[in-house]
Amino acid sequence: MSRVLVPCHVKSTVALQVGDMRTSQGRPGVLVVDVTFPNIAPFELQEIMFKNYYTAFLSIRVRQQSSMHTAAKWVTCLRDYCLMPDPHSEEGAQDYVSLFKHQMLCDMNRVLELRLILRQPSPLWLSFTVEELQIYQQGPKSPSLAFPKWLSHPVSNEQPAPRLEGLPDPSRVSSEVQQMWALTEMIRASHTSTRIGRFDVDGCYDLNLLSYT
Amino acid sequence: MLQEESDLSLIIAQIVQKLKGSNLYAQLERQAWSCLQRPEIRLESLKEDIKEFFKISGWEKKLQNAVYSELNVFPLPSHPSAPPEHLKEPLVYMRKAQGSWEKRILKSLNSMCTELSIPLARKRPAMEQKELLNKWNEMGTDEPDLSLFRPVYAPKDFLEVLINLRNPNYENGDSLSFRTHLGLIQVPLKVKDIPELKECFVELGLNTGQLGIDDSTQVPPELFENEHVRIGQKVLAQQDSAAAQQYIRQGSPTALRAELWALILNISSQPEDILYYEQLKTNVIQHDLLVDSLIYKDVKLTASNDDYYFVFEDYLYQVLLCFSRDTSVLGHFAYNSASPPKSYIRGKLGLEEYAVFYPPNGVIPFHGFSMYVAPLCFLYHEPYKLYQIFREMYVRFFFRLHSISSHPSGIVSLCLLFETLLQTYLPQLFYHLREIGAQPLRISFKWMVRAFSGYLATDQLLLLWDRILGYNSLEILAVLAAAVFAFRAVNLMEVTSLAAAEAVLADLSTLKVMPLLQIFLFATVT
Repeated sequence: MSRVLVPCHVKSTVALQVGDMRTSQGRPGVLVVDVTFPNIAPFELQEIMFKNYYTAFLSIRVRQQSSMHTAAKWVTCLRDYCLMPDPHSEEGAQDYVSLFKHQMLCDMNRVLELRLILRQPSPLWLSFTVEELQIYQQGPKSPSLAFPKWLSHPVSNEQPAPRLEGLPDPSRVSSEVQQMWALTEMIRASHTSTRIGRFDVDGCYDLNLLSYT
Repeated sequence: MLQEESDLSLIIAQIVQKLKGSNLYAQLERQAWSCLQRPEIRLESLKEDIKEFFKISGWEKKLQNAVYSELNVFPLPSHPSAPPEHLKEPLVYMRKAQGSWEKRILKSLNSMCTELSIPLARKRPAMEQKELLNKWNEMGTDEPDLSLFRPVYAPKDFLEVLINLRNPNYENGDSLSFRTHLGLIQVPLKVKDIPELKECFVELGLNTGQLGIDDSTQVPPELFENEHVRIGQKVLAQQDSAAAQQYIRQGSPTALRAELWALILNISSQPEDILYYEQLKTNVIQHDLLVDSLIYKDVKLTASNDDYYFVFEDYLYQVLLCFSRDTSVLGHFAYNSASPPKSYIRGKLGLEEYAVFYPPNGVIPFHGFSMYVAPLCFLYHEPYKLYQIFREMYVRFFFRLHSISSHPSGIVSLCLLFETLLQTYLPQLFYHLREIGAQPLRISFKWMVRAFSGYLATDQLLLLWDRILGYNSLEILAVLAAAVFAFRAVNLMEVTSLAAAEAVLADLSTLKVMPLLQIFLFATVT
């Protein structure tokens, strides 16, 4: 399934905190990140990809255009998605994550804006966020990838030729041969990754010092 | 993170890619071609007929074992956008620490070259090659002057690096009120607690038969041992890697151990493997490396001084020298947080087409490295077989004991697991030792780095390594280290210095591994 990167603008993070920020001793446990799409909204979202940095749970709200006559509305499409199984230890803390539209609680049509709500309940971490955020929409289907129907399913409109005694069914044989051909092409296209075991260069392995780069 | 559906297809694609470059693939292809020649094969059922042929002729089982082997080694499928360094180690500060540590090692090696005016590598003159070939089987009798060489580093140097490991995003400053960890390791990795360990190591439970306990002379062999041996023979007859791995969780009979380990590691010695080993030997004869002297020095300092292992001195030289020339070992750096050192052919500095790895396998030996090979000499008598087993053990397990990573079987996690177990279940002992400056990890670290090789009696060590292979995990090393402290707790509570504590724990050669593990894990009140 192909995808196309959607240009987006990631706004500054807003910390949700009770009381006066300047005097509070605690660190915020909830951050809000708004993502807008100045030149392309509305669009149909396919995938959200990012690198985690110590965010434990993620919720996402989406603002969608419903119709020409009604104001856009906010809908929760992801609720408390777990990024760190244990918020107090580092598993998943710096993982790459992809979220697809089939994982969302609502459809992802006509997206105008996204709001990412990041939560980290553990006081052990000095900061948390998401990095390298990328939004994708579905790309066009490539016609060259699709086999024409007549090629993969040969159908004869003529009167079937009389089957010779003892010969296999010709349509089944041709189907098997096509599969064999496809497999052969697939194998030919991929290259083996085997090393040949040499460590020298043209028989020479005279070395003075190690390199630091 | 990816969902399970994509995970599975990703795993399949990666395993296929890996196996396609293997000897097995060529063999399967050859067999398939010969199958096509048979008169009963029909074109319309070609795929099914080949599958059936593979099953009947036993090749399906070989393929299953190869896939199972890859699954044991292969890291979890990574996100397609994750760069290669993320696959090696997901946490940035761990990668930086490993990078700094590597740089220190490189500087140490370069200093040695400069001080001794010795090149890293050179081609041997023809006369020298002939001389080495003549004494290949008795290199132990050679007494080169190694006084100028010193180990690049020892476990205690590595421990200092781990002690200073810090996560810059971790609040471990003033607030002692939340989750205090008094140990030397100050990184917040996830480690298992005893209930979780009990679940993982359920086959070690008090109600399960166990070699190392139920094969002692006081226990009639009819109760467990005889049946266990019979099952082991059946497992070997089946030649099933997964079954063998499950089986040795209860211990491997001495007579069957070599074959069982080879089956689990998917090692079968083909003519190609013997040729490969001979090629490595040729590379040793032709090229002289500085690491050769480090290997000689290490064998002399460790195994040759050990009552159990000195008889295997020549084997150790052969295996370790060949290992240093084996470029197939470079493959494990895809999932090892470490990276192979780099150098340039003399006179070609900076030209990438003349860049090479040094040593050829990318692994620089440290003090005690040869003890990874030594116990295997009891099991395998042909050098090429011994070599294959060691190489596979290294790229599955041993590399994790001397590189900095967040992996659950990595040395950092093992240290943290050891300290957490001790602090949780023997808090008075932990506190007492800490107060007198005898932090427990300073004593147990060297045991874990060497997987207890050279510290336990050999029969006990092999029972322990059975469980490493059986569980595909090194975590049992940390559990055993904690169990040893628990066993000697009464004496340790009376010591007043680090030296005295070390004296109490100086000799582990009389310890019985399985009773210690069983008592610590399953007799503990939780």
